[in-house]
Amino acid sequence: MDAAARVQTWIDERFNVGELLAPLREKTVPVHRYSQWYFLGGLTLFLFAVQLCSGVLLLLYYRPSASEAYESVQNITNHVQFGWLVRSLHSWSANLMVFCAFAHMFSVAFARAYRKPRELTWVTGMFLLFLVLGFGFSGYLLPWNTRAYFATKVGTEVAGQVPVVGHSMMVLLRGGEDVSGATLTRFFALHVAILPALAIGMVMLHLLLVQKFGTSVPVSVGNDWERNPHRRKEMKFFPNFFLRELIGWYIALGLLITLAAFFPWELGTKADPFSPAPPGIKPEWYFLAQFQTLKLIPAKVFHMDGEVLGILGFGLGGALWLGLPFIEALLGPRGARYVRVGAVFVLTYLAGMSVVGYMAR
Amino acid sequence: MGNLKATICWRLLGTVMLLASALASAQTKNVCLDCHSKLEGSLKVAAEQADVHGHKGMSCDICHGGNTQDEARAKAAGSGFRGHISREQIPELCGSCHADVNYMTRFNPSLRTDQLAQYHISVHGIQFAKGDAHVAICTDCHGAHEIRPGSDPRSLVHPLNVAQTCQRCHSDATLMKPYRIVATQFADYTDSVHHEAMVLRGDLSAPTCSTCHGSHGAVPPGAGSVANVCSTCHVLQAQFFDESPHKAVFAEGCATCHTSHRIKHPDDNFVGLAAGSACGDCHAADDESGKVAEAIHDRLHKFEVRVADARMLLARAEQSGMDVAEAQVVLGQANDALTKARVRVHTARLAKVNAELDAGLKPAAAALSAGEAAMKERAFRRKVVLVPGLAILAVVFALGFYIRELERSEAEDQKSGEQTDRKLAA
Repeated sequence: MDAAARVQTWIDERFNVGELLAPLREKTVPVHRYSQWYFLGGLTLFLFAVQLCSGVLLLLYYRPSASEAYESVQNITNHVQFGWLVRSLHSWSANLMVFCAFAHMFSVAFARAYRKPRELTWVTGMFLLFLVLGFGFSGYLLPWNTRAYFATKVGTEVAGQVPVVGHSMMVLLRGGEDVSGATLTRFFALHVAILPALAIGMVMLHLLLVQKFGTSVPVSVGNDWERNPHRRKEMKFFPNFFLRELIGWYIALGLLITLAAFFPWELGTKADPFSPAPPGIKPEWYFLAQFQTLKLIPAKVFHMDGEVLGILGFGLGGALWLGLPFIEALLGPRGARYVRVGAVFVLTYLAGMSVVGYMAR
Repeated sequence: MGNLKATICWRLLGTVMLLASALASAQTKNVCLDCHSKLEGSLKVAAEQADVHGHKGMSCDICHGGNTQDEARAKAAGSGFRGHISREQIPELCGSCHADVNYMTRFNPSLRTDQLAQYHISVHGIQFAKGDAHVAICTDCHGAHEIRPGSDPRSLVHPLNVAQTCQRCHSDATLMKPYRIVATQFADYTDSVHHEAMVLRGDLSAPTCSTCHGSHGAVPPGAGSVANVCSTCHVLQAQFFDESPHKAVFAEGCATCHTSHRIKHPDDNFVGLAAGSACGDCHAADDESGKVAEAIHDRLHKFEVRVADARMLLARAEQSGMDVAEAQVVLGQANDALTKARVRVHTARLAKVNAELDAGLKPAAAALSAGEAAMKERAFRRKVVLVPGLAILAVVFALGFYIRELERSEAEDQKSGEQTDRKLAA
């Protein structure tokens, strides 16, 4: 018996890994014309893993204080061996992860994969998307550069507009009335401790639910398979589907490295709280739609503050989207059609407003 | 009892409101404006007064006399009504308040009160005293009924508007002819670096007419004092000019090279002997001073090229995502040296210019080499990704091949299993 086999036997005798992994061996993935959309969830998970690894490496040199944050990132980029690569990987991977999470969400929405019994899988997925956006918002400030400083100022001001609890929420986020070193420390704690803990827990729960209920089949494909059982096609999750996922992950890694080398993430200039905000300050692309909407809403709408109205609208929209499976069920037989129209509207609105926001001066 | 109390309260409130309304009406009543706001031409006065005097509680009677509250007594004898005020009366009339320290202190203790005294010694004032009715008086520059503080951008004497106000007379060639003053100053000024700074860049500290000529004491600076006027802002240039051999021979001081109103932003070609240079007007290539001018020009030009090269390289590196912030700071030092050397040109001494430029050589070289290093690093990064890129490509192909083989063997196993099942069944 060689050494590897002996180690495996030693582990199996104690933990019975074979039994633990049995459900994975049993798991299958439906094969049909929409199967490629199944890769988005795994891709998002892989990018999250890249975030964790690169984030831990950045933590070795990053210093979370207003006086040292910018310089420490500058040091990482210019002096630490392959620091430029790790920082750029972290930034590009964050953006790709947000993109993949959104794509995954819309693919699930259009395939109506949130249907019974997967309502809670959808809900946990939505919470994960909110956490991902939280990662983006909190991480953006950490290099303490001018763009990040003023974008955070605008972002937290928007949070401050929420009726009743807005001001307290803004002060809690900022650690005071204004964006300062205290805000940086809070955002750092959020970014490296609170959000990762919540995200890891939520990922486990999401995966558990995915494992429990299996992979959803789109309604049209399911109906077709019911009528023609011989067309039903599945592949084993392990190793067949997993190996395909692995190819996708390797391609994503290659893309990340190429982006990091050819388009390194810029650092900009150090934040100066006493300088005026540079013209045309904008948030990251995934908050552009909301930002642009708030810009377009008139100051007063029916005696109500336009910004407050916009924020309430986003809150309501987010809540409705979160409860999508339950709303569809409540709407009855026509629910599916309403939800599809709603999803098309949300996707068009977010994409359109983001483009308008990007083009706006 | 309760009703009685309420009635008394309501009546008291009504009385107070009536009194307040009557008081307000009395304060805002102005019978002059009742008529003059409806008149046309020179007698028209806007009903809504934007005048600083009106804001301070003064009314028409402060200048014109009369009674502004009672229409019947508005122009009555004994009301002090003066009616039209002639141009000859205006400076003294304005001065009756504006030269009175005790009176002006009531409104603003920091307001100056020497305007009338200054005016008396100005060219305008001297000519006015001689009976010349064409020269500027207070109302020509400040307006009559819509006088605003100089800090108000709508004021005729706000820094942004001063040149426009002066040119209303000084661009009129017919009006200027008897005084033998050219009428091109405004056109020249609008083509100058000072106008660009003031109007295009909105720098209110940039010079306008009154900065050099004064306002109430407007006097053209004599040729000998031009340098003093310029030196109020261009301190170092004036100091270095004082050290130069030009000081003794330039009759018009700074204006000899820079002119007086059409002052352009000087570049390095302003020095030397090339066409358009200032030095070339007096010096030739074969005289010693001409050679110095050429040498200064060459040195400045070469240094500028070096700085520009470094700047371009750093910009390219920055556009490629390289962090060159530290190198930009170093480049700033080289740029500072170039700026200092350009100021030293006013000494007209090569050694002084060289000393400044020599101090900038090291930072310029450091910035250039930082730029080269950044570009080298960029090239390295692009090459280095080839290694993991190729490895990833190989793994992807290997995985693809492995999956194909795996699924082929699975299919064969399934096929042979089905055959075995069929045989067993048979």
